[in-house]
Amino acid sequence: MEELLKNYQSVADQHAIHWIKVGQTGDFPENAGACVKYNAKQIAVYHFTRTNSWYACQNLCPHKMEMVLSRGMTGDSQGIPKVACPLHKKTFSLEDGSNLNGEDYSIATYPVRIQEGNVYIGFVD
Amino acid sequence: MKKVIVIGNGMVGYKFCEKLAAHPLRDQFELVVFGEEFRPAYDRVHLSEYFTLDSADKLLLASSDWYAENNIVLRTGEMITSIETETKRVFTHKHDYFEYDYLILATGSAPFVPNIKGVDKQGVFVYRTIEDLDAIKDYTDKLKQEGKFKASVLGGGLLGLEAANAAKELGLQTDVIEFAPRLMPRQLDKAASDMLQSKIESLGMKIHLGKNSKEIVGEEGIEKIDFADETSLQTDMLIISAGIRPRDELAVKCGLRTGERGGVYVNNKMETSDPAIYAIGEVALYNNGIYGLVAPGYEMAGVAVDQIAGGEKLMSPSIDMSTQLKLVGTEVASFGDPFIENDEITAIVYENKQRGVYKRINIAKDGSKLLGGIMVGDSSDYNTLFQLYINAMKLPENPEDLILGSRGGESKSALGSVLDLPDTAQICSCEAVSKGTICDSITSGACCTFSDVVKSTKASSSCGGCKPMVTDLVSATLKSMGQEVKETICEHFEYSRQEMYDLVKLHSIMNFDEALDRHGKGHGCESCKPVLASIFASIYMETANRQAPIQDSNDRFLANIQRNGTYSVVPRVPGGEITPDKLMVLGQVAKKYDLYTKITGGQRIDLFGAQLHELPMIWKELIDAGFESGHAYGKSLRTVKSCVGSTWCRFGLHDSVSFAIRIEDRYKGLRSPHKLKGGVSGCIRECAEARGKDFGVIAVEGGWNLFVCGNGGATPKHAILLAEKLDDDTCIKYLDRFLVYYIRTAAPLQRTAPWLDKLEGGIEYLKKVVVEDSLGIGEELEAEMQELVNQYACEWKEAIEDPQMMKRFKPFVNSEEKDESLVFVPMRDQKMPRPW
Repeated sequence: MEELLKNYQSVADQHAIHWIKVGQTGDFPENAGACVKYNAKQIAVYHFTRTNSWYACQNLCPHKMEMVLSRGMTGDSQGIPKVACPLHKKTFSLEDGSNLNGEDYSIATYPVRIQEGNVYIGFVD
Repeated sequence: MKKVIVIGNGMVGYKFCEKLAAHPLRDQFELVVFGEEFRPAYDRVHLSEYFTLDSADKLLLASSDWYAENNIVLRTGEMITSIETETKRVFTHKHDYFEYDYLILATGSAPFVPNIKGVDKQGVFVYRTIEDLDAIKDYTDKLKQEGKFKASVLGGGLLGLEAANAAKELGLQTDVIEFAPRLMPRQLDKAASDMLQSKIESLGMKIHLGKNSKEIVGEEGIEKIDFADETSLQTDMLIISAGIRPRDELAVKCGLRTGERGGVYVNNKMETSDPAIYAIGEVALYNNGIYGLVAPGYEMAGVAVDQIAGGEKLMSPSIDMSTQLKLVGTEVASFGDPFIENDEITAIVYENKQRGVYKRINIAKDGSKLLGGIMVGDSSDYNTLFQLYINAMKLPENPEDLILGSRGGESKSALGSVLDLPDTAQICSCEAVSKGTICDSITSGACCTFSDVVKSTKASSSCGGCKPMVTDLVSATLKSMGQEVKETICEHFEYSRQEMYDLVKLHSIMNFDEALDRHGKGHGCESCKPVLASIFASIYMETANRQAPIQDSNDRFLANIQRNGTYSVVPRVPGGEITPDKLMVLGQVAKKYDLYTKITGGQRIDLFGAQLHELPMIWKELIDAGFESGHAYGKSLRTVKSCVGSTWCRFGLHDSVSFAIRIEDRYKGLRSPHKLKGGVSGCIRECAEARGKDFGVIAVEGGWNLFVCGNGGATPKHAILLAEKLDDDTCIKYLDRFLVYYIRTAAPLQRTAPWLDKLEGGIEYLKKVVVEDSLGIGEELEAEMQELVNQYACEWKEAIEDPQMMKRFKPFVNSEEKDESLVFVPMRDQKMPRPW
């Protein structure tokens, strides 16, 4: 199972090589998540309308290795945007992927760009 | 390093270990404990519970591991046979010896067995240890096989009645024999004893007072007891619990000063006549008395620990023998001097034979203070009275209010606020914790909650009788520090659920963003979003579709997420009644989508393993066949379970299925602070288990009895009677009022039982609101419910009819593929998720 995790490594905005178009802004729910596919990866994409920010991370919850994070509830903790896994409510920062309950798991995050109403996610592979 | 040896590993011996283990100078002592029983110290106060517990371990005060972790050498099953004071050595029955610097005698007591002829016969037991209880139980089993069921207990004191209760629990017909002319002669007066006797006898036990046992008669085993007054009593077993004798034989042997009637003499430092030897607990003779209660024993342990560590703590000059307990199901309490009668004293007595309550307080003639008292049948005033007594506090103008409650006007505790107590007031007598200690633990910042306080001060960790006072003290202290424990929803909304409910209603707030703009901050989170969603649903009856993103994730997808991220589907089956045709549809759908099926606890059928994109297709088929959403995913009405009722059942009084269906149809879709479950039973056999539900309706002659606020789960609670003999419409009316009142006022995720616990005034207050309409909001509550009922819509039907809403069931925004990562494994002809 840990093989699955290796498939997801955080990508910083400035390091992204491929910017993949995953849909139009209107295809994504507001203040909630949806999932996109890129090769073998499942990526969760979130749109926070109050600050008009977009975030992307792995769809895989590292706690029980299930593809569920895009279906989690979004929000913030002390201003840090976060997602709560729908299975056991583990929460992760969407800024750096760290676990906000102080546990050992973390997730990979990806940069998102919006251009002319299209949503692009940055990858290195 | 000083060597400390403790002889005796009973409750007080253990307390000594616990206190020394926590002492700042702990490192200066080496601690060895000898216990002659094989188990480490256990709770003898609750010994009679042994028969209902599944293991003796539950009575242990601490496991063997605890001693090891605290560097205490525990030698159980090892008896000390002699003490050599000159060389400071103790010898075991195996002839080993151990040296000590300080020796602690905590040998406790043995049951006093009167010298009656035939006392050595089979079937005669004492009641002190777990082994005694085991022997009693084995003998009981043997008796039962021979068709014998008769037991007697010699001794009508506190321990005797405990033993009698244990015998009764074993299913024996139990009599109690007491030498004195009344029960519990040290604690109760005649009238109190009479009241207790009638209570106990109403449970099928017999009490024989003023009986002097002369001879135990029987061939091999006991058959009867002859009394001095020429009467006799047939019995198959006798349990002797006629008092205690201190275990002072070691002390006598080594020449320590002992009392004429037993007990090792100690001064107020707990020192015996040998300054290297201390005695504590029931073996210690202090102020010419032996004290068979844990509280003084624990205090002695504390004094002894302090003394050997060089402290100056002394034993209180007078020992308080106040006690509050439940005997054979009856509350009994006695404090101070319960009996005094002289010219300086006025006794106030309240006796209610109908309710089986007796209360007596002894007050100084000038009305200035309380000197003692007795309570039988209702000891709820004990804590208040005990504090007034022990702190010599000023009494109210009409001292009778203390036991009668003030009649007319607002009821107010005679004590006022717990904060009025002096700091020295002892709140927890078992652990000797004062009010000051409890308050300081909070004001110093060390503790913030009730459980912090229990952990740090040990208050209410023993018998738990002072728990209500400690709870009050904790919240009063927090409040006085300006830290009112306000239950805000989360960091985004500084309001309680009830306040938010009122704000949304008052300002007609229509969505989450508006609520955040007006009363909150940030983006919200997984705590406040579902709370607001529930409030919107309860006020506007909006379905989970209208603001899908703020729904808890199950509500967002209108299904219950399972282990591997697939969902389960539960259509509504009102009252558990379903036609064969509909059953077949469920079977066909399950087969078509390869779903695992199981019957739920709420009389419906759960279909597991549906993928996100399959949910709308499955629901389309179910809706076409006449099903509706079962709201199994929501904090909302789940099911109203029913038994088959009078239409088929030969015992049924009313048609429980029809009524259950009517109720379930009325409240379906209703969202609430937590899930809601109901039940309707057609007679008092209660096959629908309605009293385990948030609301339960049970048929009786003349109508329905309505019970509320029960639940199963981790803390099971039986629902409590709200109203009796109702017709259908009145029952629905009360249910409307009850449900809306709960929905308006409960905290997030608070089910009805804990809500009622917190509701000031409890069930009596709820009855006033719902049945008597004391707040004058009855019609408003009913109208609100009717409005919600009128607006019901099946949210699954709504979802599949709207393409925009359907988008959320698409697994990937940028692909039409299914999620291929799912793996199932076979199980008993069906399937299950690959295990984690």
